[in-house]
Amino acid sequence: MARARIVMAKSARRGEVVEIKTLVPHAMESGFRRDAVGKPVPRHIITSLAVTYAGAEVFRMEMFPAIAANPYVMFATVATETADVVFTWTDDRGGVMRETRRLEVT
Amino acid sequence: MSGRRPRACALAALLVAAGLAVVGAGASGVAGAEAGREIEPRQRKPGSAFLSPTVRTQQEDLAANPGMLWVEQGGRLWSEPAGRSRKACATCHGEAAGSMRGVAARYPAVDKATGRLMNLEARIIACRTSQQAAPAPAHESEDLLALTAFVAHQSRGLPISVRIDEAARPHLEAGRALYRQRIGQLNLSCAQCHVESWGRRLRSETISQGQATGYPIYRLEWQTLGSLYRRLLSCFRGVRAEPPRPGSDEHLALELYLAWRAGGLAVETPAMRR
Repeated sequence: MARARIVMAKSARRGEVVEIKTLVPHAMESGFRRDAVGKPVPRHIITSLAVTYAGAEVFRMEMFPAIAANPYVMFATVATETADVVFTWTDDRGGVMRETRRLEVT
Repeated sequence: MSGRRPRACALAALLVAAGLAVVGAGASGVAGAEAGREIEPRQRKPGSAFLSPTVRTQQEDLAANPGMLWVEQGGRLWSEPAGRSRKACATCHGEAAGSMRGVAARYPAVDKATGRLMNLEARIIACRTSQQAAPAPAHESEDLLALTAFVAHQSRGLPISVRIDEAARPHLEAGRALYRQRIGQLNLSCAQCHVESWGRRLRSETISQGQATGYPIYRLEWQTLGSLYRRLLSCFRGVRAEPPRPGSDEHLALELYLAWRAGGLAVETPAMRR
């Protein structure tokens, strides 16, 4: 599972509300489970999703152990100018996944 | 029948002879439990019909359906050269949207060259090893799940329709017999839940028809994608029975029968299930 999946419009009119849907592959291992021999499975979760648009942060979310695997997050922002939307997921082992999508504003 | 399952090699022959009598004798108290009953085509419902509206909505919205992570990954593997041949799937098959459309709806199928019954996973493994000269992807591995999901997704919405010819019929009948065979410590057959009792409650859950329409599926219980075989394991464990080995004649016969009894229902891959 290599990459996140992002579904959003490629272009929008200035002032329009743009809906953005993100899915990211991650086990979100809660740290509360035990394996077949009773050993605790170490916690390994995404702790934050931060999204910038034209360099400004437009969305941030903290995540905790109760969130299911492969988190799906939907949010919206307002189209202001043609610019990159940058998505950054950070996990508790320093893992970082980054994706960029261009939003054309007409 | 005792809780012990008969030896694998003798099972198919035994079932054909004993299946009717066993179900008939054991089910006298269950309403509408005559042996040989199938769910009529117009009464067939996919697994998604038994989901909560929220999970069903998530399955239908491909931006929210987590199974699409595997489908996308499978799409990347499709066009990536593999093995000593340095051929990709796309080298021979081109655009999957055209070449693979409808393929999954026809599987399992008897391979003309070898005469063996193959499910979609077996077909992909065979292509990987013989055409691409690549190592066989392991059952339930991320790569095999991704490729299977990608290929099956190309048939999304098409009716399931397996070909039952002279070569396939013995497998179908073996699968049908297995489906009706009481097994395990709980002494239950697949049919007792999924033909005779669907729509009724098993604790908090509604029993589905067990129609295999959307494999590989993203199962919430697993928190990941899994094959039809993995799902079957859950049912075998549920009735405390010894499961068939993956890729064995019994496993594939059961998959063929499942595809046949789901005939006419639309492929849902990647489906979401509880």
